[in-house]
Amino acid sequence: MEQKMNDLVLTILEELTGTDEVRSNPDINLFEESLMDSLNVVELLVELEEQCDVNVAPSDFDKAKWSTPNMIIEQALERAA
Amino acid sequence: MIFLSPYERPLYFVIFAVAILPLVIALARGRRLQWYQSLVTLFFLYMTFGGANYKQGIAFLAYIAFQTLLCGIYAHYRKEHNANFIFYICVALSILPLIVSKILPSLAITGGNSIIGFLGISYLTFKAAQMIIELRDGLIKEYKPLRFIQFLIFFPTISAGPIDRYRRFEEDLIHPPSKEHYTKLVQKGIHEIFLGFLYNYILGHYLSQFLLPLATDLGGKYGHQFLGSLSYMYVYSLFLFFDFAGYSKFAVGFSYLMGYETPINFNKPFLSKNIKEFWNRWHMSLSFWFRDFVYMRLMMTLLHKKVFKSRVTASNVAYFALFLLMGIWHGGTWYYVAYGFYHALLICLNDAWLRFKKKHKKQIPSNKATKILATICTIHIVCFGFLIFSGYFDRFL
Repeated sequence: MEQKMNDLVLTILEELTGTDEVRSNPDINLFEESLMDSLNVVELLVELEEQCDVNVAPSDFDKAKWSTPNMIIEQALERAA
Repeated sequence: MIFLSPYERPLYFVIFAVAILPLVIALARGRRLQWYQSLVTLFFLYMTFGGANYKQGIAFLAYIAFQTLLCGIYAHYRKEHNANFIFYICVALSILPLIVSKILPSLAITGGNSIIGFLGISYLTFKAAQMIIELRDGLIKEYKPLRFIQFLIFFPTISAGPIDRYRRFEEDLIHPPSKEHYTKLVQKGIHEIFLGFLYNYILGHYLSQFLLPLATDLGGKYGHQFLGSLSYMYVYSLFLFFDFAGYSKFAVGFSYLMGYETPINFNKPFLSKNIKEFWNRWHMSLSFWFRDFVYMRLMMTLLHKKVFKSRVTASNVAYFALFLLMGIWHGGTWYYVAYGFYHALLICLNDAWLRFKKKHKKQIPSNKATKILATICTIHIVCFGFLIFSGYFDRFL
């Protein structure tokens, strides 16, 4: 479960950011490095819902808790459980 | 009995300082005097909505009762069911009082005065509607009517925000700040209130009473049309900022002293390097509300249902929805709508430019000079927006 989620989220992020840096450096800050913007955030939430069956409401999205690939995986796992 | 609008006169602050003393003493010991806070709240609301304003007071009470009941009914319903149309009906009902109160006067049915309107109804609507939305999303699992009422009637932010979020407010309500943290809050709160005096009472007052008429005369009496308009634009923009930012500082300062960390509304907006950044710095609690509850939700629906082929189109449509709504929210005049349209257009262009820049990172220079240039351009684009917002162009029609 964890491995699968890990891979799914990283694949989604790779597609959204257009770089495999998210895989090689999963603690990179996506917003500070301007790899993600608000449009990408919405896409991420939609993909999480469609591919991982994880529901996140937009007002529940706190940038500070979702800023790196690792943090995003953690959040997704928390909600899938 | 003295009746005062929030932050209207220095006297309001003196009364506040005396009234909250027991609260401050309790908070300094790490406790919240809930019953006393309610008493102070009722007293301050009576000061605003009593006396000659009693009609507003009745409308206010009816509004609170209505919203509390509506959320209660929806929360009860949501426990077992989750139909789309019930959700939409409840959201519509929760904003209905605002719509009616704005439309009635313009139809002149009630002689210009809305019978169901009251000071702050526009801001309260954001608090009420988010409750329905977050109940739907399952973010608020248990509906506590008394807490919701306290959230709605929290008097420091009642008339003009900042617009708080229920879950954030509830956290503060249940968990008073630690003694150490409260000491910091008091310092910050007093600092905010005094900055508010500088912004609102001194600079805002000076700009509106002295400089604004001067700029008007320059264009009117002395016939320097362009120069007059230009200086009116600068002065009005500064006035809008200092007046409103000062007001927000009062509200934030009062909240801090009461042990609530109401979000800030302004973060050096005139230093923004583009329009997107501007909206992250100007009237933040409003733009974040629209971002979370209009733009992002609409985007998710559009992307889920694949309404548009391109994500960019979907985003642009959502931006137009957001800013046109924001424009209309300010009032039903053509220049508020135009203001919304102007900013929707700007943010779509801004996004297109950011995409272009991302693709051509190497060819486009980015250094101190370009950043300064970007800031100056943004200031002027923003100020021109405020000129539209001010209704300045109404006289030319």
